[in-house]
Amino acid sequence: MTSKTIVPALEGWFTMDAEKPHLIGTQCKSCSTYYFPKQTLFCKNPACNGDVFDEVQLSRTGKIWSFTNACYQPPEPYIAADPYVPYAIIAVELEKEKMIVLGQAVEGVDVSQLKAGIDVELVLEKLFEDKQSVKMTWKWKPVGASA
Amino acid sequence: MSNDIVILGVGMHPWGKWGKNFVEYGVIAARAALKDAGIDWRDVQFVSGAATMRCGYPGYVAGATFAQALGWQGAEVNTSYAACASGSQALAAARAKILSGQCEVALVIGSDTTPKGFLKPAPGERPEDPDWVRFRLGITNPSYFALYARRRMEIYGDTLADFAQVKVKNAEHGFTNPYARYKKKFTADDVAASAMVADPLRLMDICATSDGAAAIIVCSAAYAKKLGRSDAVKVAAISTVTPTFASAVIEMPDIATDSAVAMEAHSFRAALPIKAYNEAGIGPEDVSVAEVYDLSTALELDWYEDLQLCARGDAAKLVRDGVTKLGGRLPVNPSGGLACFGEAVPAQALAQICELTWQLRGTAGERQVPNAKVGITANQGLFGHGSSVILKK
Repeated sequence: MTSKTIVPALEGWFTMDAEKPHLIGTQCKSCSTYYFPKQTLFCKNPACNGDVFDEVQLSRTGKIWSFTNACYQPPEPYIAADPYVPYAIIAVELEKEKMIVLGQAVEGVDVSQLKAGIDVELVLEKLFEDKQSVKMTWKWKPVGASA
Repeated sequence: MSNDIVILGVGMHPWGKWGKNFVEYGVIAARAALKDAGIDWRDVQFVSGAATMRCGYPGYVAGATFAQALGWQGAEVNTSYAACASGSQALAAARAKILSGQCEVALVIGSDTTPKGFLKPAPGERPEDPDWVRFRLGITNPSYFALYARRRMEIYGDTLADFAQVKVKNAEHGFTNPYARYKKKFTADDVAASAMVADPLRLMDICATSDGAAAIIVCSAAYAKKLGRSDAVKVAAISTVTPTFASAVIEMPDIATDSAVAMEAHSFRAALPIKAYNEAGIGPEDVSVAEVYDLSTALELDWYEDLQLCARGDAAKLVRDGVTKLGGRLPVNPSGGLACFGEAVPAQALAQICELTWQLRGTAGERQVPNAKVGITANQGLFGHGSSVILKK
């Protein structure tokens, strides 16, 4: 029995750096607008005809815009642990990119520990696992949280 | 030259989970609207249907489906799909036909049958579809409504009691509405005792999905005059504007907002009524009654601000002070809203217009807003669809 491989749940959406992971986005070379998920064909800014993009790593820290949790198991294609474990969800404002990105909170963090404006950082954690591999995703972790 | 069109008749099929074909609900609503208008079905020259995506091919061609079900009589047909704004878009198509002189009288109709349980995306592994991605990551529809609700609490100091008060108000409003699905005077304790779904929203803060149908007969001013109905309620404005890049608010089903590095961020919800007010040549101070899309209790409060019925952050105060309750200065959702109806997507925007028509006619019975002169609707759905319609006496 060999140990399972660690793979991203969404290929190419984030770096697999265990210490300091980043979301991978793109940036329009014409107007500098950032995109996550990656936009590679046409810029969506109505004032821009850009069609060339740089792949960029987004800021891995930001501030909480809002938050909630999932008390009930979501429908497929969510793949839940058995028994289901509720998790918090955080919307995070990235200052440099001027955008808000959603993600689960790390395990062990619940809504009572969250507040708008507090600093969070991006980490990688298991989303689910199958027979061959552990599928990782990005999650938000309040800076200083022990979880 | 006025761009108003006239509402000759309205009709609805009661909301519920009836488990029947959507065509049946629609024909009942259409016949009620025709009777209310006092015209023969064969006088209708244009049928503008709002599509349903859940009822197979007949749903995709709803305009033709209803024209056939009512009996082919040669009218032209059209079908619109614009998510929650489908009914308003169908109304806009009828208005364009009337104002361009291509028809005098039209039937606008929407009907739906909803499945049981969670709405979920198509199966398979489809990481290129944002809707699939967010479900894979565990972000469901209530997640978005809860993020908006929590944002209100964090920024404006709204409380769970404020949200519950919206439910209590709407439950009281819809209690006597014969078309409402839920007719029970829920209390704040009932809301607090319901299960937490997505903190801070409980089961009773979030609307259900329903079966239902609504139909409207609209006509030109000249046609109304011919029938001696020049005093009927009029459609003064229809706004179905799309968002402006960059998005200020995280919208379902997206995982991120647009980046506002190059372009200023804009609120889509706030943009919808602006075009309607401009088109009608009136302002929020002229509104006597509103029907807004309370997909959640907290979202109703967002709409007060987006409709400019109060300043940003002041919406909860309107509910606390009873301003938006029947008997208050500016009743909102006198029908009972989605809290009492549940959402029947292609019919819902038209149901809002039916209610405002009764209100402006002064025939809303126990739900009547005294002396209502101007009514406004608002709703927002997926993929940049939303609408705001203004009716006046």
